[in-house]
Amino acid sequence: MKLFSDLKKNLKKDFSSLRPIKVALMGDTATQFLTLALRGAGYDSGFDLQIFEADFNQIERQVFDPTSELYEFAPELVIIFQASHKLVAKYNKLKPEQYSSFAESQLAQIENLYTSINNKLRAKIIFYNYPEIDDAIFGNYANKIESSFLFQQRKLNNELMTYASKLSNFYICDISSIQNQIGKTAMFQTSVYFNTEMVLSIDALPLVAARTISLIGSMYGKLKKCLIIDLDNTMWGGIIGDDGIENIQIGSLGIGKAFSEFQYWVKKLKNRGIIIAVCSKNTESVAKEPFEKHPDMVLRLDDIAVFMANWNNKADNIKLIQQILNIGFDSMVFLDDNPFERNMVRENIADILVPELPEDPGDYLEYLYTLNLFETSSFSNEDGERTKLYQVEAKRAALQTSYTNEDEFLKSLNMTSVVEPFNKFNTPRVAQLSQRSNQFNLRTVRYTEPDIEDLIGQNGVFTYAFTLEDQFGDNGLISVIILKHENNETLFIDTWLMSCRVLKRGMENFILNTIVNFAHTEGYKYLKGEYIATAKNEMVKDHYKNLGFKPDSNYWLLSTDNYQNKKCFINKK
Amino acid sequence: MEKNEVLKKVNDIFIDVLDNEDIVLSYETTAKDIEEWDSLNHIQLIVAIEKKFKIRFTTLEIQAWKNVGEMADSILAKVNT
Repeated sequence: MKLFSDLKKNLKKDFSSLRPIKVALMGDTATQFLTLALRGAGYDSGFDLQIFEADFNQIERQVFDPTSELYEFAPELVIIFQASHKLVAKYNKLKPEQYSSFAESQLAQIENLYTSINNKLRAKIIFYNYPEIDDAIFGNYANKIESSFLFQQRKLNNELMTYASKLSNFYICDISSIQNQIGKTAMFQTSVYFNTEMVLSIDALPLVAARTISLIGSMYGKLKKCLIIDLDNTMWGGIIGDDGIENIQIGSLGIGKAFSEFQYWVKKLKNRGIIIAVCSKNTESVAKEPFEKHPDMVLRLDDIAVFMANWNNKADNIKLIQQILNIGFDSMVFLDDNPFERNMVRENIADILVPELPEDPGDYLEYLYTLNLFETSSFSNEDGERTKLYQVEAKRAALQTSYTNEDEFLKSLNMTSVVEPFNKFNTPRVAQLSQRSNQFNLRTVRYTEPDIEDLIGQNGVFTYAFTLEDQFGDNGLISVIILKHENNETLFIDTWLMSCRVLKRGMENFILNTIVNFAHTEGYKYLKGEYIATAKNEMVKDHYKNLGFKPDSNYWLLSTDNYQNKKCFINKK
Repeated sequence: MEKNEVLKKVNDIFIDVLDNEDIVLSYETTAKDIEEWDSLNHIQLIVAIEKKFKIRFTTLEIQAWKNVGEMADSILAKVNT
């Protein structure tokens, strides 16, 4: 973790090529250092945070005055940082009979802030929760007394979670968990507080900034999607090839417990939608044996999306895993107990994250907790099914090799697609695809859930969500199209994105047929497309050219007259 | 530890925290003499000094020094006890 002084040094660097994000930061304590730390940490994640820092203790004025600098600045993100120390101060001023309703009244004020901001801005709101202060008035008994500060503060943190769970653009940045990790004496330094009115210690600033930036990163598509794990001494203790299945360490005894607990953690990640892959130097059949037969293994073969066990070098194996999964290296994490392998992978694959696992396997999990690797800003029910989808993809690849003719293969898949406009059922998944799709994404305009809700039924906007199912299973919703009326002749393709797990199935042709026919019936003469290059979407550079669009300055045009439906083997369901 | 040794270490901390290689401290140097030394950076300097010498200043001490010399005396008193 970088120090605050390192983050400050970042500020002198060149931000011009980074993604700009307009952020408003409002606090009821001094936030100058936090502003610097956020901007400095943003730099390391590729963001140029353009921060409007409200004057000290101006949250209410900024939010409730419609002519305030906040609204003039029009940020995409609003960060609200109300300090626990100010919370105590507010509580201290109450009459005792008001203590028990403190959390409730605070939450009501937070709700007012949210509502006012949300009425005037299209912004995501990040609210810092409250690191605990035990004022030691009741001792342990505070837990039994509703009117105690501790009781009210914990209640407020809890109520905030409930409140956030109901709103798609209100996020909690869990700085309370940072204090749990480093302790209150490290989080808060009295001399700093009394001299500057800042509640975060110099050493806590990089942690708070990192936690905030990873939340922001997840909103802008920087997510970890896949965890690749070594086997011997990472997944279990010992070496399966030498020690044999009965002697590896896993289960409830001694250090075996550390590996079991680690596997439970991996299993929870898998259930959340993180893709789990194995990369090990082993004979495949030997490496698979514990997954099939060991009674204490938590993970089984069906938890693993890609199983790569052979004697080739790990960097090459990880490149193969990447090809099968079709996700960026920067969304992958690789865990290995061996420093040599870690360095080898780091040196050969620049973007992959390889944590420096501690030497003692007993420390793995505690260390991994502190890294907060798997930040996200969305969750849909489909996430838990992702492993199955990738396993099916591996089977499909196996079938394809048995066909020499691609058309025959595609025909044999019996593909069907459900085509629907955006609706309240598919909105979360559409928004999620919009956040996650990097490669097959023509313009990379990111839409959040509220943005998607706004598009539904809007005049001159036509939306499509496509699913794809075949004989091996249902891929779910995999492609999104947003068309916008440009003029009476032209319909503009604002968004065309697709999940990479359905590449090369003819989905592009099916989609084009669908939207051209729509445009034609609506009387539009042209479909207009645009490719906006990013670091990741080179795959679709020639997308419109390949589909027969003609270049027109920086855009691509396709005439809807005399359009011949393109060949595809997908039927509308 | 000698006072001039403290001054040298403090000088290094100033250079690092304020990111300015040209800073040369004397016992008479005050915040007015160094452009980057404002009240906010002062706190960052204090925390860095506390870490370096493994000491803690009280809230009052932090506000009381008139110049670098007094700061060095304060450090020396803590380190040598």
